Amino acid sequence: MGKTLAENILSSKSGTDVHAGDIAVVPVDLAFVQDTTGPLTVRQFQASGLKKVSDPGKVALFLDHAAPSPRSELSNDHMLLRSFAAEQKCMIFDVGEGISHQIVAERLADPGQIIIGADSHSVTAGALGAFATGMGSTDVAMGMGLGKTWLRVPETIRVNVNGEFQKGVFAKDLILHVIGKIGADGATYKSIEFGGDTIDNMTISGRLTIANMAVEAGAKVGLFPSDRTTRRYLLSRGRGQHYKSIQPDPDAKYESVISIDASELEPTVSQPHTVDNVATAGKIKGKKISQVFIGTCTNGRVEDFEVAASILRHKKVHPGVRLLIGPASREVLLDSMKARFIQALVEAGGTVLPPGCAACLGVHQGVLGDGEACLSTANRNFKGRMGNPESFIYLASPATAAASALAGEIVDPREVM
Amino acid sequence: MLRGRVFKFGNDISTDLIVPGRLAHLRSNLPELAKHVLEDADPTFASRVKPGDFVVGGSNFGLGSSREHAPLVIKMAGVSAVLAKSAARIFFRNAINQGLPVLICDTDKISDGDELEVDLATGQIKDLTNGAELTSGKIPPVMLRILAEGGLIPYVQKYGDIKV
Repeated sequence: MGKTLAENILSSKSGTDVHAGDIAVVPVDLAFVQDTTGPLTVRQFQASGLKKVSDPGKVALFLDHAAPSPRSELSNDHMLLRSFAAEQKCMIFDVGEGISHQIVAERLADPGQIIIGADSHSVTAGALGAFATGMGSTDVAMGMGLGKTWLRVPETIRVNVNGEFQKGVFAKDLILHVIGKIGADGATYKSIEFGGDTIDNMTISGRLTIANMAVEAGAKVGLFPSDRTTRRYLLSRGRGQHYKSIQPDPDAKYESVISIDASELEPTVSQPHTVDNVATAGKIKGKKISQVFIGTCTNGRVEDFEVAASILRHKKVHPGVRLLIGPASREVLLDSMKARFIQALVEAGGTVLPPGCAACLGVHQGVLGDGEACLSTANRNFKGRMGNPESFIYLASPATAAASALAGEIVDPREVM
Repeated sequence: MLRGRVFKFGNDISTDLIVPGRLAHLRSNLPELAKHVLEDADPTFASRVKPGDFVVGGSNFGLGSSREHAPLVIKMAGVSAVLAKSAARIFFRNAINQGLPVLICDTDKISDGDELEVDLATGQIKDLTNGAELTSGKIPPVMLRILAEGGLIPYVQKYGDIKV
């Protein structure tokens, strides 16, 4: 029987022929934590009696959620992680390096790997054909210590996307559309596997955006084939030798298949307070916003700032709007500076935040006031997410965000592109 | 056999509603964090919940972040089990790893304030207030073994490995 991407990767890694519903024990190629889940991981690791991580080269700690730390308690958590890294001789990416998922893509993830992260958006590395999934602190602690984990082999929803995006429509609009279609729990416990000519022609940056949000439909993984685009990306990152082609079998058995004509998609927005509450930007046009946040592991890459800069260059954001720019990594910041995208965004009135999660999750930087609305390029708009349960979060592409920053209200970016 | 009172919540109770990011600085101070459990869904919950009570949600309970602090503080509040129509994957796995049972059943038949009796061994749930009888969905055997040991850490301490 033909295998899906998930079944192919898990069969290869477990050394057994596994199909949806089976339980597989697999070696872990990368186990990582961030600064709000890592301290519990360290304590659970210590409580288990394990002394050493199984392979320090496969363990990474990221200080990205509170970066730089706004409070002494979080600074102490950072100290705990630094001392664990020193003691275990594992990788640590300190304040200012950027968001775990972006750095994992830039430097660590390879096709066919098993990656577990104590952060739900660990699914991001599925863009490179890695079986990457989010787990809790204890699971990751044991993955670090034992060098393996157990996984139930997921059923797969295949999403075929064909055709060309209209101008003003991007990968973000596609994934918001998919989540709106299947619902915030439409893929719970499952793999979402993407394919079709739109996907074949999509950059790794766009694929990262889509894989990142698979978890917003409840998915365990969001998987892309490893193809020529993956190979080019790995070559550009100095990891060309790590490339291998990974494809689903032509006769793979899917739980369901969704077909999407990319040319029919429009700029799409998630409305408060759930990600699946989607509408076209045109339909909710006119909704007043007081903050626009362009950044995060979903849409904080060079391509995203390029689009935003193309809309905001030589213009000024609406006087009622605070524009926040959150590069996903130090490298993204540097490359966006060299290309003068950051220059254009700052001249337009933007405020650049340190590389990291920034305003996304309400720890610091850009917490909203009572009744305020933010248009964000992040992945989550739950009540209270940005630090205040009395505020409202809309999610959209960097193009929609930039165009709306100019207007002071949500608009369809095609009006200004 | 577990017995307690129901605290009923709606659909889509996210981990942000259980332990919001704005309280990230309390994650290394769990007793303090536990005082805020489910605060953004029901500000009175933490002061009213008693040991043995049940948290009962609708669909997609625990969606969102991987923060294991969510099931951890629910357990610390004395809650003996979470019941929901469906649960998000990471929350479900985290709860089992913390030794907090999550039972999947038709929670529409359960109301706030009802008295429940839950038999973990058989998955039978009895609503003593309205007489409804429910059966929970099956949990994979590996998770039952982890739950039986009280969580993943005691499981690994006992077996020294992950066996499925």
